[in-house]
Amino acid sequence: MNKAATGTHMPRFHIVKRVEMTRGEIFILNLYAVLIAIVAGGILIACMGINPVSFYGTVIVGCFRSALSVKSLIRIVIPLLIASIAVIPAFRMKFWNIGGEGQFIMGAVFASYVALFFPEGIPHLPLMLLMAIAGIIGGGIWALIPAFFKCKFGTNETLLTLMLNYIALYIIQYLRDGPWRDPAAGGFPKIAKFPERAWLDQLFGVDISWIVAVLLVIFMTIYLKRTKHGYEIAVVGDSVNTARYAGMNVNAVIMRTMFLSGAIAGLGGMLQVSGEATTHTLSMGIAGGVGFTAIIVVWLANLSPITTVAVATLIGMLDKGCGVAESTYGLSSAVSDILQGIILFTVLGAMFFTNYKIVFRSKQSIKSHTAAAPGGENK
Amino acid sequence: MNTIVNFLFAAIKAGTPLLFGTTGEIITEKAGNLNLGVEGLMYMGAFVGFLVGFYTESLLLSLLAAFGAGVLGSLIYAFLTVTLKANQNVTGLTLTIFGTGFANFFGEMLIAATKGGAPKLSAKFSAKLAEIQIPLLSDIPYLGRALFSHNILVYLAIIIAILSWAYIKFTRAGLYLRATGENPAAADASGLNVTLIKYVNILLGGGICGIGGAYISLLNGNGVWNNGCVNGQGWIAVALVIFASWSPAKAILGSLVFGAFTIFQVRAGDFAAEFPALSFLSSIPNAIYVMLPFLVTAVVLIITSITRKREGAQPASCGVNYYREER
Repeated sequence: MNKAATGTHMPRFHIVKRVEMTRGEIFILNLYAVLIAIVAGGILIACMGINPVSFYGTVIVGCFRSALSVKSLIRIVIPLLIASIAVIPAFRMKFWNIGGEGQFIMGAVFASYVALFFPEGIPHLPLMLLMAIAGIIGGGIWALIPAFFKCKFGTNETLLTLMLNYIALYIIQYLRDGPWRDPAAGGFPKIAKFPERAWLDQLFGVDISWIVAVLLVIFMTIYLKRTKHGYEIAVVGDSVNTARYAGMNVNAVIMRTMFLSGAIAGLGGMLQVSGEATTHTLSMGIAGGVGFTAIIVVWLANLSPITTVAVATLIGMLDKGCGVAESTYGLSSAVSDILQGIILFTVLGAMFFTNYKIVFRSKQSIKSHTAAAPGGENK
Repeated sequence: MNTIVNFLFAAIKAGTPLLFGTTGEIITEKAGNLNLGVEGLMYMGAFVGFLVGFYTESLLLSLLAAFGAGVLGSLIYAFLTVTLKANQNVTGLTLTIFGTGFANFFGEMLIAATKGGAPKLSAKFSAKLAEIQIPLLSDIPYLGRALFSHNILVYLAIIIAILSWAYIKFTRAGLYLRATGENPAAADASGLNVTLIKYVNILLGGGICGIGGAYISLLNGNGVWNNGCVNGQGWIAVALVIFASWSPAKAILGSLVFGAFTIFQVRAGDFAAEFPALSFLSSIPNAIYVMLPFLVTAVVLIITSITRKREGAQPASCGVNYYREER
C-alpha cells in the first residue's frame, strides 16, 4: 500500500525501474564508477604517504614493463577468464553456481590422475587429450551433483555448491597426504611433478591455454546467442514456468547447462595443473580463489563473454600490478584485495542506476497531491 | 576420562569463534539476506579488535571495536544489497575479499610498526582473557573442567546465542524479522518497515561476526597478531548455519561438533591411545577431519531438502532482494 495515498506522508523521492539503458550509457556509468573507486583507492594510498598518481603508474607499468611481466599477467588472467566463462551459462539460467572453484579443482584432480597414473607408453598428444577429457568429466560431475539435487529435491544450489568447493579442496589434501604422496619428496607432503609428456605445450612462450580461452569465449558467445540451447537457457533464466509452458524439459536444461558449466571449469583446472604456472603439479593452491573471483567478474561483465575478457584482464592487472607496487613501495600485497574490494563495491553500487532511477518530487506536487487525492490511485 | 574432558574443553574453545560467526549469520539470513562476507567480517573484527586491545589494554573497548568493525563491514553490504539491490552473492564475496585484504594490509603495517615484528598483547590484557573457574559449578568432577572453566568470551558467545534465539523466537521484533525474511512483500503490506528491519538485523549480525573474529586474534595466536589468522573459519560458520538449521540454540551444539572436528585433527592420537576400540580415529587422515564440517553440512542440506521440512529450512526470501514494485 502506498502510504502517500492515505494523505499522511509523501516521500520526496521514490525509486522506479527504468527502461533498458543503452550499452553506451551503461559503459559510461561503469566508467564513472571505476573512476570514483580509483579516486577512493588513491585517497587510501595517499594516507599511507605515497603519491597515488605514481602508485597507479607503477601498477600499470608493472604489468607491461617487460615480456616477462606480460607473460605473468597472462598467466594470472587465463585461468580467471576460463573459470569466468564457465559460470556464465549457469548464471544466465539463474542457477547460482558458486561452485566454480570446486569444479576447477576436480578438473585438475581428474587430469592429474591421468597424468600420474596412466601407462608411460602413451605419447604426448593423446595423453593431453585424455587429460582434457578427464578434466571435463571431473568438473562436469562436480557440477552435476548440485544440479541433480536441485532438480530432484529443490536443494539450495548456492549453499550446496559452496560446500562442494571445500570438499574438493580437501580431497586434494587427502590425496597429497595419502595415496598420491610423492615418496621422492623426502617426507614432505606433496604430489609428484607430472612427467614431461603431460606438460602443456607452449606458443609464443606462454602456455597454449590462452588459445583455449579465446576459443571458449567465441564458443560461449555463439552458444548463448545463436543456438537452441542458448535460447533455452535464456528462457529458463527468465521464467521457469514459461519454459515449462513452452514444453521445455526444464530439468534437462538445468542438468545439461550445469554439466557444461562444470566441464569448462574442469578444463580450466586441467590446463592450470598441466601448465607452467603451477610447475606442472597438483597442489592445494591450484585454484587459489579463481572460482570465487570469476563470479564477481562475470557479474560485473553483465554475463557477456566478450566483456568478461575485459573485466578479467583488468582484475588480473590489478593483481599483478599491485604485486609490483608491493616491492616498489614496501606495501603489503593485500593492498590489491582492498583496491579490488573498493572498485567492486562502487561498480556494484553503480549497477543500481542501470536498473532503477530515482524520481524526485517537488514540494509543490506533494502538497497538491496530498490535498487533492486522499485515497487516490496507487502508482 | 581426562582425555575426554580435555577434548571437550578444547572442542568448546575451537567452536566459540564459529558460534559467534554462525549466530551473526543466522540473524542476517533471517532478514532474507545471505551474506557470504562472514569471513571478511571476521577478519575486520579480528584486526580492529586486536589493534584496540593492543593499544588500550581494555577488553571492553576491544570487543566494542570488533563489533563496530563488523557493523561497518556489514553496513557496506546492507547498503549495496538492501538500498541499491545489488546481487547478494557477489556483494558478499566482495566483502570477503575486502575484509581479508583490510586485515592483512593493516596487519602488515602493525607488524612493521612493532619492534621485533611481532605485535603481542600485553600480559595485563591477556590476563583478562584467562580461564575463569565458575564458583561451585567448576568443582563438579570432570564436567566442571570441561564446561565451567573457560575464558569469558566462551560464555559471551553462548549468552549471545541464547539471547539471539530468544530474540528470534519469542519477541515481537523477532517475529517481524522472521516475517521479513520469509515474505518481505507480505511484511511490507502489513505495514512493517522492511528496509529498516533488514538494516538493523544485518548490522547486528555483522557486529556479532566481528566479535568472533576478535576471539580468533585475541586468543588463538597466543596474543600475537598473525596475518591470515581467520583462515576459512568464516566459511565454516556459513556451513554451520545450515547444520544448525537456522537456530542459534542448535548452533551452540553444532559449534561443539564442528569444534570437535577441528580438535580431532590434533588429538585423535590421544583418543586412540586411551581407548583401543577407537584406534581407527587416528588412522583417519587429517584431510577428512578438515573436510567433515563441509561434508556433513552438504549431507544435512540434501536431507532437509528431501524431507521438505518447512521448519529448519532457509528463510524463503533468502538471497533474493526485495523491491516493492516488483511482482
